[in-house]
Amino acid sequence: MKENYTGKPANRVDGHAKVTGTAKYAAEFDAPNLVHGVVVNSAIAKGRIKSIDTSEALALEGVLEVFTHENRPGYTWLDKHYQDEDSPPGSPFRPLNSDKILFSMQPIALVVAETFELARYAALLVKVEYEREPHSTDFEANISNAYKPKKYKSTPPPDPRGDAEQAFAAAELQLEEVYSHTAQHHNPIEMHASIAIWQEDGSLIIYDKIQGVQNSQEYISNAFGVPKEKVQVYSPFVGGAFGSGLRPQYQLFLAVLAARELKRPVKVVLTRQQMFSFGHRPTTAQRIAMGASPDGKLQAIQHNAFGETSTFEDYNEDVVIWPGVLYHCDNVQVSHQLVSLDVYTPLDMRAPGGTTGTFALEIAIDEMAYKAGLDPLEFRLKNYTDTDYNEGKPFSSKELKECYRQGAERFGWANRKMAPRSMKKGHQLIGWGMAHGGWEAKQKEAAAKAVLSPEGKLEVSCATADIGTGTYTVMTQIAAETMGLPIEDVSFKLGDSSLPKSPLEGGSWTVSSVGSAVKQVCEKLQEELLKVAQKNGHEIFKDAKPEEISFANGRMFLSEAPAQSVPLLEVLALNEGKPLEAEVSAKPAKEQQKYSSYSHSATFAEVQVDEDLGTVKVTRLVSAIAGGKIINPKTARSQILGGTVWGIGCALEEHTVMDNHLGRFINHDLDKYHLPVNADIPETDVIFVEEKDEIVNPLGAKGLGEIGIVSVAPAIANAVFHATGKRIRRLPITLDMLM
Amino acid sequence: MNKENAVGTAEVTRPTLPQTRTVTLTVNGTEHQLQLAPWTSVLDALREYLHLTGTKKGCDHGQCGACTILLDGKRINSCLTLAVMQEGKEITTVEGLAKDGELHPVQQAFIEHDAFQCGYCTPGQICSVIGLVNEGKAKTLDDIKDLMSGNICRCGAYANIVQVAQEALERRTGL
Repeated sequence: MKENYTGKPANRVDGHAKVTGTAKYAAEFDAPNLVHGVVVNSAIAKGRIKSIDTSEALALEGVLEVFTHENRPGYTWLDKHYQDEDSPPGSPFRPLNSDKILFSMQPIALVVAETFELARYAALLVKVEYEREPHSTDFEANISNAYKPKKYKSTPPPDPRGDAEQAFAAAELQLEEVYSHTAQHHNPIEMHASIAIWQEDGSLIIYDKIQGVQNSQEYISNAFGVPKEKVQVYSPFVGGAFGSGLRPQYQLFLAVLAARELKRPVKVVLTRQQMFSFGHRPTTAQRIAMGASPDGKLQAIQHNAFGETSTFEDYNEDVVIWPGVLYHCDNVQVSHQLVSLDVYTPLDMRAPGGTTGTFALEIAIDEMAYKAGLDPLEFRLKNYTDTDYNEGKPFSSKELKECYRQGAERFGWANRKMAPRSMKKGHQLIGWGMAHGGWEAKQKEAAAKAVLSPEGKLEVSCATADIGTGTYTVMTQIAAETMGLPIEDVSFKLGDSSLPKSPLEGGSWTVSSVGSAVKQVCEKLQEELLKVAQKNGHEIFKDAKPEEISFANGRMFLSEAPAQSVPLLEVLALNEGKPLEAEVSAKPAKEQQKYSSYSHSATFAEVQVDEDLGTVKVTRLVSAIAGGKIINPKTARSQILGGTVWGIGCALEEHTVMDNHLGRFINHDLDKYHLPVNADIPETDVIFVEEKDEIVNPLGAKGLGEIGIVSVAPAIANAVFHATGKRIRRLPITLDMLM
Repeated sequence: MNKENAVGTAEVTRPTLPQTRTVTLTVNGTEHQLQLAPWTSVLDALREYLHLTGTKKGCDHGQCGACTILLDGKRINSCLTLAVMQEGKEITTVEGLAKDGELHPVQQAFIEHDAFQCGYCTPGQICSVIGLVNEGKAKTLDDIKDLMSGNICRCGAYANIVQVAQEALERRTGL
């Protein structure tokens, strides 16, 4: 019997390394004569550096150099040389390129010293004189200057359908509200770090915290004019990223610059405060105007978003695609405009656009359900869609109704009383809310290589990343199952820029893209094995075609005659003791273009709100997910649990506060930027509903990194309304809003 | 002239650089003699001077718990204490938990319960669970959640970490 590794829970293959402290993250590699760089950041948000005095810092014994715009070597200044795989349209920030200050906490110097402590101290001795200009960081005050970007980073807002304005005006039930949230920061617990090691021949070895080693490689190659093959980037373990590692961050550029100039290995680790200096989920305001018939059929949706961006790049995300994906409504008009401020460019953060857009739309839907006097779940069923109206295509699969059914049953939704403030326990108002969401299931082109050693050990590789998502583990499962090998004989390599081409690790597409490549490269390896057997005149396989052979338990056989199986080792021995190799590039199948593919979620939340104090506690969560085939239910559950924790943070805690007087994010540490902690997390049920999809990719798996968060915050906000009768349309919901 | 340093505070007078001295640290049962300045934290001593990078830096301000180690069996944030203060104490890091190649039961439980994702806060969480058990204060589920709230897990593995801690407490108390 063939061992099926996929679809079954498996412990992480990198678990032992992670629990023993032997897994090495970017800042943890050593090199002889390694020196330490500490970044100095701008104290102002806009203006220029009038003077920068580094003499005191340089006077300290052990301080090697202070790099500033004044002594930075004259590298290329062209925009295209600083653009990376995830750059929005515009002119990317170039560290130490000029005296100009574009945002608060802009890196303006790198102090390099023999020890970290010394570099940190010397950084305090760098004296900067600024010429200040009035900055503009107030989102609301600048919303009237919003503009439509010439080019959108993500999908342009879908074209209008029907006549939303007229249908809204004619609708019996109407709703028009604004929904907003402030900036949020990724805050992976590992801070961004890079080590750059300059070699005698001018080549570079780099350890970087990044969600795609080849993105860093390309960026450094372009920015420093070094041929790509002379830049080798490693990132075997990433201590969380959630999007913060999609773009190479400034510590990478600075480490490379210093290593090249000093001809010594340089390590630059950002501080937690500096983790608030390079990208965030943007402050966003959304106007939603919605019309419905008295029986609860949606007649019009207008969804108009305003998102923050920097003055130098046009960042946007898919905030307004959701009416067309999540509901049946014939009159829809959406738009997305940008508000340019003196901040760093926002950066994709877990479910970019999805988190923001779904929060607003799903609260609005709840509001409309109440206007129609319908249970919010019933209202959603009335407006259910099997078509993605943005694309005008059917979904390749959509088991959302099953998510509703199983989630509601597990939660006990049927016992909910409709009226707000109708459920109470002592001083605690109890509220039940729900929401649903989606996330696109994309397959991107990805390559993989497989090497089968003469001893029968399989190594599969791709330059992808594992940011905690389980890439190492699921790829090993897919390879072991496809090749019919014991999982102990299979390993997967990633995080090395010389490995086969990978897309960035993001967008929930890694299992779909890299996983498909892993499966296909194993299939190609099987053909190679057959060729070897046939070339050497193996009796059993002499007339066999590739599709007629099977692999299981380390053996190869004709599918119709499993009894006459041959150990792989026997076939490998015919290959003169050489390893057998295969490499593929897996592309999405044409058939996919006829469909739209999304994963779906339904979240049910219970909150308790203290009637006197306004404190909100999430006491129960059920998240039901339709995510196609679940390759590893154990790591998959962890992904979804993580998503719900993020949803709780988004709904109730996370809030980067812009001090408009200083033009600076003022709560830039983990004391004042509130992340969910253990005590904030309730009992959470994760349900994976059965969903078969033969279109989405050869594995039938949809990816789970983002679907777990999107519907959590609105479910909690809707539960807060149910508990209190107060409709809060601004996140995070804090006690002052409920008092 | 309005002269400011990079963090916007007033000009500081510069003291002379601190002198290094020999500091003896006992880490995972082994004595190490290091030349350290008084400003070096236990965390930096472990990571930068002893190359024991299993103990993680997540904030350097005692706000995240990633650097949790055991000092004479008690859990502390190693970023908030100086190496020179800890001579003669038993420091245990994640590297010192497995014995003769066999994982500590809490380490094994982290794997079985999938109580981590990226793994970066994990060494701190593991030491914190062991410290929690040693303290003997946690009696209920809510106690565990409260007393484990000094260790942030951004991946959100809390539910699984709680299961590990419950199991570890049950092993200890025989409940």
